[in-house]
Amino acid sequence: MTPLGALLLRDMRIAVRVGGGALMGVLFFLVVVTLTTFAVGPDLVLLKRIGPAILWLGALLASLLALDRLFASDHEDGSLDLILTGRAPLELVVATKGVAHWLTTALPLVLAAPLLGLLLNLDAPAEAGLMLTLLVGTPALTFIGLIGAAIAVTLRRGGLLLAIIVLPLTVPVLIFGVAAANAAVSGPMPFGIPFTVECALTLASLVVGPFAAAAALRLEKE
Amino acid sequence: MRLTAAELACHRGGRDVFSGVSFAVGAGEALTITGRNGAGKSSLLRLVAGLVRPTAGRLQFEGGDPEFSIAEQAHYLGHQDAVKPSLSVGENLAFWAAFFDAGPIKVRDALEAMGLGGIAALPAAYLSAGQRRRLSIARLIAAKRPIWLLDEPTSTLDAAAQERLADLMRSHMAEGGLILAATHGSLGLVGAHELRLGDRDPEPVSVAPAEAERRS
Amino acid sequence: MTLTDLANPTRFLRVADAAIPWLTGATALVFAYAINRAILAPDDYQQGATVKIMFLHVPSAWLGMLCWGLMTVAALGTLVWRHPLADVTAKAAAPIGAAFTLLCLVTGALWGRPEWGTYWVWDARLTSELILFLLYLGVIALWRTVEDPSRAARAVAILTLVGAIDLPIIKFSVDWWNTLHQGTSVFRLGGSTIDPSILVPLLAMAVAFTLLFVTLLLAAMRNEILRRRVRTLHLMKASAAS
Repeated sequence: MTPLGALLLRDMRIAVRVGGGALMGVLFFLVVVTLTTFAVGPDLVLLKRIGPAILWLGALLASLLALDRLFASDHEDGSLDLILTGRAPLELVVATKGVAHWLTTALPLVLAAPLLGLLLNLDAPAEAGLMLTLLVGTPALTFIGLIGAAIAVTLRRGGLLLAIIVLPLTVPVLIFGVAAANAAVSGPMPFGIPFTVECALTLASLVVGPFAAAAALRLEKE
Repeated sequence: MRLTAAELACHRGGRDVFSGVSFAVGAGEALTITGRNGAGKSSLLRLVAGLVRPTAGRLQFEGGDPEFSIAEQAHYLGHQDAVKPSLSVGENLAFWAAFFDAGPIKVRDALEAMGLGGIAALPAAYLSAGQRRRLSIARLIAAKRPIWLLDEPTSTLDAAAQERLADLMRSHMAEGGLILAATHGSLGLVGAHELRLGDRDPEPVSVAPAEAERRS
Repeated sequence: MTLTDLANPTRFLRVADAAIPWLTGATALVFAYAINRAILAPDDYQQGATVKIMFLHVPSAWLGMLCWGLMTVAALGTLVWRHPLADVTAKAAAPIGAAFTLLCLVTGALWGRPEWGTYWVWDARLTSELILFLLYLGVIALWRTVEDPSRAARAVAILTLVGAIDLPIIKFSVDWWNTLHQGTSVFRLGGSTIDPSILVPLLAMAVAFTLLFVTLLLAAMRNEILRRRVRTLHLMKASAAS
């Protein structure tokens, strides 16, 4: 087994075994959607119109949940020190942890989204568009989140700071993701335009995220 | 192989932890780092491990692999054990063995050598502090690296385990490896040089092997 | 044999081992009868055969609530009477109750689509049932997060007691608020308003579901007791291996 493969397997094992595993993120997603509905009111027509936005916001917040543990748990038990003495490039190590996070936290959200879409009265084309945009956009959320997680790793109230750092950076992904999901249902824009931009944002984040996060981890060496 | 340090200085938490530290350790040799608490023993080891940046001085490793940094050719055994409670004992060690590219070295043998062979399938959450320490030490033999940086390795170990560790250190040195170990007590190593940090004397301490006290 | 006799886990295991095969058989028999009656029941003049989703939907709703009621009693058992098997009961019951509640929500959605034209509305009854489902998931998550079973038990007990407020809300939601959902027709002060040809299969299904619940609960409790024994053995093995 390669070093990075072993790291991926380990992170996924831990994510699945600790606490509620993937259940927690999906549960939080469900709670957020339910709460939003209470706040907005039960008007089904309105919910159908803003449904993609609610689901995108819920997915964003839910995938943020596990991010602050990403490096912090390794930092706390001394594993991060050892990982830094490994021979695999730190950028790839960070990217591997990002992949593990996406597979165990974000992918279940993407799979749960259509079911929650039913609660919001979304119809089939809306569901399909939503799922596709989430599938493409959630890696961006994870990999941008890596940056905040790396910056906040040594801090105690890291979770809040992480959110403050990461959320503004995810705004472009959110905008184009929701635009694409909406475009899948109603006009006037064709689905392809915002979707292509979203793909570009994700690809960029797959590169920028690990590099920035690795730089942040190195800078934290005293 | 030779690890040399010249005039190393370290600044942490707003204060000068140490300065002017020099030493040289060759293959098959060991350096014990002693001193009162706060003298900088851990900082020095972390500095060699690449986890802390030196504010002055030079660190060089001759005869090693030119492709890798010093940290990448060292095993660092710090105060923490890097054991994940949700994985089993065997899974913990297998991960580190694979991460450090151990090759065909058997995880089972490393566990046996540290007396953990019988509980390989046990979730690591159930381990005592001493067992976690031994699991951490097993990492050193599961993957081979020439430099060992040990920070108070015998803490939480009972007498039998300390003896085991001493055996491991002796075989490591016999194979040509080098050891830097911070310790309060004796590690049972014959012929180790000593580097004493933070003496009452305000002059920075620097010890070269030729002038070092030989401790038996 | 009284409840206090069953408090001993070993004795409980013996009773469970003996009872589960019989209960399984009884469950299968009652289900066979109930499904038979359900198939023979007349179709609705408006909905056609779709109305028969009721035979799954209503009992699963009842069982979802019954289960939380049982968990509430178990919570009191943990906090007040300190009955040794109380937390085992609560932990074993939670996933079963969650499954019944989910079945209720799903069958309701499938029924609602042809009936109301939509899978879901945010009316009082559906929402309070969804909240119940969320509460179940929260309890399950709490069980899995806290390592030590006895500490988890106390935290879960409090959450269960608080969540019990949802049960009367679900029951009376159709009376208190204007909802799309059908009003109370079975458990009413004036007697049921359903024709016996529908009521009998419905009650038969309810009995079958209840037997299913009891069987699953005993099996799950047995598993939980064995799981804790394994944990203890692990702890003993770890301390012996030094």
